[in-house]
Amino acid sequence: MRRRETLYALLVLLILWYLLAVLVNRNILPTPIAVAEALWKETTQGQLMAHFLASLWRVVASMLVSVLLAAPAGLVLGQSPRINRLVSPMIYWLYPIPKVVLVPVVMLFLGIRDPAKIVIIFLILFFQILVLVRDQAAALRPELILSVRSLGAGRRALFRFVYLPASLPAILTALRQSVGTAIAVLYVAELFATQLGLGYYIYLNGSTLYNYPAMYAGIVALSMMGMLLYFGIDALEKRLCPWMFRK
Amino acid sequence: MAWAVLGPSGCGKTTLLYLLAGLQFPSRGKVFVDGQPVTRPRPQTGLILQEYGLLPWATIRQNVSLGLQVRAFYGPDGRHAPAQQIDPTDVESWLSRLGLAEHAEKYPGQLSGGQRQRTAIARTLILQPDLLLMDEPFAALDAPTRLDLEDLTLQLRLEQRFTSVIVTHTIEEAAYLGQSVLVLGAAPNHTGKIFSNSVFGQPNGRESPAFRELCAALRAKLEEK
Repeated sequence: MRRRETLYALLVLLILWYLLAVLVNRNILPTPIAVAEALWKETTQGQLMAHFLASLWRVVASMLVSVLLAAPAGLVLGQSPRINRLVSPMIYWLYPIPKVVLVPVVMLFLGIRDPAKIVIIFLILFFQILVLVRDQAAALRPELILSVRSLGAGRRALFRFVYLPASLPAILTALRQSVGTAIAVLYVAELFATQLGLGYYIYLNGSTLYNYPAMYAGIVALSMMGMLLYFGIDALEKRLCPWMFRK
Repeated sequence: MAWAVLGPSGCGKTTLLYLLAGLQFPSRGKVFVDGQPVTRPRPQTGLILQEYGLLPWATIRQNVSLGLQVRAFYGPDGRHAPAQQIDPTDVESWLSRLGLAEHAEKYPGQLSGGQRQRTAIARTLILQPDLLLMDEPFAALDAPTRLDLEDLTLQLRLEQRFTSVIVTHTIEEAAYLGQSVLVLGAAPNHTGKIFSNSVFGQPNGRESPAFRELCAALRAKLEEK
């Protein structure tokens, strides 16, 4: 994504939003100008920034935990067809379960604080990263493995010099794909038993206080968080996978 | 010694090479290299494949030094790496010997097929192998690049003094790079016919009548049923 194109897209969306708001003319759809005012006020005088940071922390923490656990597991499965044959059926049983339904169960076991919310997002990201990294490692060309083995590499050196660097793009792709899901689940997780986080903030303003401009300010903050994560992942990719950008 | 193994697809020539490399094992019998049975890849054996042998995420310089990195990773244990050390400054001299110096910071995806095979050659020869195995190393290249790299292979063999085994399905390549040419028929092969090459390594080797005679003999043998 280029910066200029991103700004242009934002401008188009704001104009469409404005036109729609004027056309509908109901207080449940305020104009972007009203929302911008609310965003400024809620950030400078209210608690929006605290909610934003609480949510950002939960998403980033669950992404980190997911990568740290799923990437090595995916590597092991990807380079060993035997282990993969044993474990993959389990993955395919568990993968399609909508993890959101487990929110009450996870909270029962882990309490109502951050760990429960992080684990719920982790449950979803874990499988996405696991499957992508596994497939990437399994798809490595046999010629590559053979020639590195002929240079003296055993199992440990193959991990270090081949499987690990080969899985980096898969990890970043999986992360990028999971930003949207992570934020959607974050919202659900923050509806329960918390007073901090954008999910709580949006629900409170929309359904209890009927402060619609503030509710939309919360939604805009969620969107900005997603953008921030996308840009972060893009920057990481440019740094960690420079060969993908030089053709 | 310089061997070329010639045969149709599926005759088992790549299997033969992988047996020599210690990457596959015979179901019966034993393979000996330098008097020792092959039970795992020997550190002194180099292997160059047709394509896809380079790490796409590593620069040319990093690819050329990969073998050194693998050896440093294990230390000179005699199993993954021979006991003697190799000077890391060799990377630069190998890069320039193979004309890769100006491409050292590029990635394999940015280079031509010929340059990629030069990288594979540098990466293998920097480890000073006494046996170089090549599996159709130039099959994916255009004709001028291919002839160029065949000449380079002969020169490097003279400089480095290793035994080479090249597997190919091209008659001219076998006749040019093989001091002895082993011709295999359709699998299974119990015996192979060996042709010795009287003009091997001579200047303008491809022009001489003896070279064309050898090619004709090899072709006749291949077409035999």
